[in-house]
Amino acid sequence: MTSIAMEVPVRAKPRSRLSRRLHKAWSRGSVTLVAAGLCALFILPLIYMFSAAFDDSSTIITPGAPLYPAIAKTYTCTDATLCSYHTGYIDVSTGKWVVDPAVQSSVGQELPVYQVPGHGDLALLADHDPSTGQPCIFIDSSANKQVAVLVSSVSLSQAWQFHITLDNFSTAAGWADKITSGYVTSSSLGGDFGGFARFFFNTFIIAGVGTIGATISAIIVAFGFARFRFPGRDVLFLVLIGTILLPFQVTLIPQFIIFNAIGWTGTWLPLIVPHYFANAYNVFLLRQYFLTLPRELDEAAMIDGASPLRILMFIIIPQSWPAIIAVLLFHFFFAWNDFLAPLIYLTGKPDLYPIAIGLNYFNTTFRVNNAPSAIQAGALLALILPVVIFFLAQRVFMRGVVISGVEK
Amino acid sequence: MGFVQDTDIRTSSASPKRKLNMAQRDTAWGFVFLSPWLIGLALFTAIPMIVSFALSFTDFNILSPTHTHFVGLANYQWMLADDLTQQSIFITLKFAILSVPLTIFTALGIALLVNQKLLAGKRVFRTLFFMPVQIPLVASVIVWIDFLNGNTGWLKFLLESVAHALGQLPFLGFMSSFSSPNWFNDDSWALPGLVLIGLWGIGTMMLIFLAGLQSVPTELYEAARVDGAGAWRQFRDVTLPMISPVFFYNLLLLIIGTAQYFTQVYVLAGPLGNPDHQTYVYNLNLYNTAWGSNEMGRGCALAWFMFLIVLAVSVIMFRTSARWVFYAGADR
Repeated sequence: MTSIAMEVPVRAKPRSRLSRRLHKAWSRGSVTLVAAGLCALFILPLIYMFSAAFDDSSTIITPGAPLYPAIAKTYTCTDATLCSYHTGYIDVSTGKWVVDPAVQSSVGQELPVYQVPGHGDLALLADHDPSTGQPCIFIDSSANKQVAVLVSSVSLSQAWQFHITLDNFSTAAGWADKITSGYVTSSSLGGDFGGFARFFFNTFIIAGVGTIGATISAIIVAFGFARFRFPGRDVLFLVLIGTILLPFQVTLIPQFIIFNAIGWTGTWLPLIVPHYFANAYNVFLLRQYFLTLPRELDEAAMIDGASPLRILMFIIIPQSWPAIIAVLLFHFFFAWNDFLAPLIYLTGKPDLYPIAIGLNYFNTTFRVNNAPSAIQAGALLALILPVVIFFLAQRVFMRGVVISGVEK
Repeated sequence: MGFVQDTDIRTSSASPKRKLNMAQRDTAWGFVFLSPWLIGLALFTAIPMIVSFALSFTDFNILSPTHTHFVGLANYQWMLADDLTQQSIFITLKFAILSVPLTIFTALGIALLVNQKLLAGKRVFRTLFFMPVQIPLVASVIVWIDFLNGNTGWLKFLLESVAHALGQLPFLGFMSSFSSPNWFNDDSWALPGLVLIGLWGIGTMMLIFLAGLQSVPTELYEAARVDGAGAWRQFRDVTLPMISPVFFYNLLLLIIGTAQYFTQVYVLAGPLGNPDHQTYVYNLNLYNTAWGSNEMGRGCALAWFMFLIVLAVSVIMFRTSARWVFYAGADR
């Protein structure tokens, strides 16, 4: 940058090259570190979701459990001598320890493992009894010996081990059978309505069919705005931009009344058909793109007698794939995300729900089970595809935002 | 930067009569191509708007549409008297006051950060700060509900361990007794919790700020530096005026977005705005009025009232923009 030359007269002390480099490396490092810290904080909820979705459903609600997916450590004793023991008691009159002659054994039992201060992780064989003075008897499995410690196991924390489970996903996927509260019970749905698999299927149909119409109509309208001059065009374009700013509530109720009157409520049609009439965002994005294409090609084709439709199909569209793919992706994930419209049009029809409503339904009906891990697994199912596609096509998404945002 | 289309090569070579034909043809084709949008505009925007306005003066109820009467301004009078509606207006204003400044300045701050020349891996950071925008809203709210849970959520552990660490320092001993709020079960923390969730949506604004920051000509900074301006003066006297148009745009969209706020709060707090109506925003009230109790006439009145407020705010913003938005030279 030219700025370095400018700095010299301002700065009083000329620095050596090495110290300047060191200074630059230091500021680079600290700025990057600050950004990394903020960024980690920013995406921490997402990391929580991953951790919770793979965590054991009882671990996650146990106080003192680790934050990563884990289960309580256990130890199964197989060695008969190692896990045989005698209990005892303190004789009150003499104050001496009296051993109970009966041999106790825990062979084959799963023993809980505790973090014993000063000893590491030990498996609990016999618990402390304050009334008899019986200490805790532990098995130190690494040293193959028994250890007696006078502590109460209640005061100890359990030992945990890293453990990933997929159970939450099967709980979420199979939850349709488990609905016992909420607005609807499983039986009133006529048994199993398919749960998440059904929601995904519905979403793909609604989003897929809607995307076709949204993209084609936006291409056509954007071509009209970009390539023809006619009276009123600029006013209409302002109206188009204005519809972006128009609060949806103003049209929502009459639309509902109309769709209800023609019997479309309780079907997917209100979620699909309106998108066949070009959305302002998509038109804007495509028009901006079309305007950047050189006109010479269309002019040449026009002189050769090509109709505007042919020009659109064979000249404009082949040059515009980046923008068209952006619109395809935008609409697909808009439909994936759409909440209010399916909420009002599909009330009481869970078998028609797309994923956004389905996930909310899952959350409201399943939350009573106090199993955040299963709910996070449901959230993960709903967001994984949009997030993966975003990472694969991040430039498309981020450029689209800037085009429709800045150029107005 | 507007698009200039005056360089139409046809005008120079064609005869006047042919030009007229071309103009007519252009008009005809133009409207043919615009027709999908024009039909949609009439069917799904213009007619519903008129119907909505008309219905706002009636007692239309979807369950008994034939018993609709003209009620004059009764719906609007109801609105101004109804306790729940008053509550919803109050909560929405409170939410806007908490959320709008925090959101826009966070977006600007992050944009400045990821625009730093010294930052390594800029693209990774931009992508990560934008990414939550791409997460379906319902999923992101559900993630946040459990992330903020007062017993098992990570934020509780994070805040409490930071507070505990601070409590070890001199004079900050009181910090070690800090206990995390139970966000969505606490009347006074539920709305701030929603504001926090809203920060996940800054990505779009950040990118628009970033584009604004990158379009500031470097000569301006150089000139300021020659005049002895430090980093803060450069930011205040060069960056801020130069990005004021994108600031204006972001602020306008944010205010409109706040007026339309619904999905997050519905997923989080249900139609009643739990706890205790503390998150009962305007659109929950609209939803309950129009779909909960089927009072669609009242619902239309609520919708139009909101629309007029948003319109008024936008007009005021545009009118006053000459005073605080700097449009460079002949660009506009």
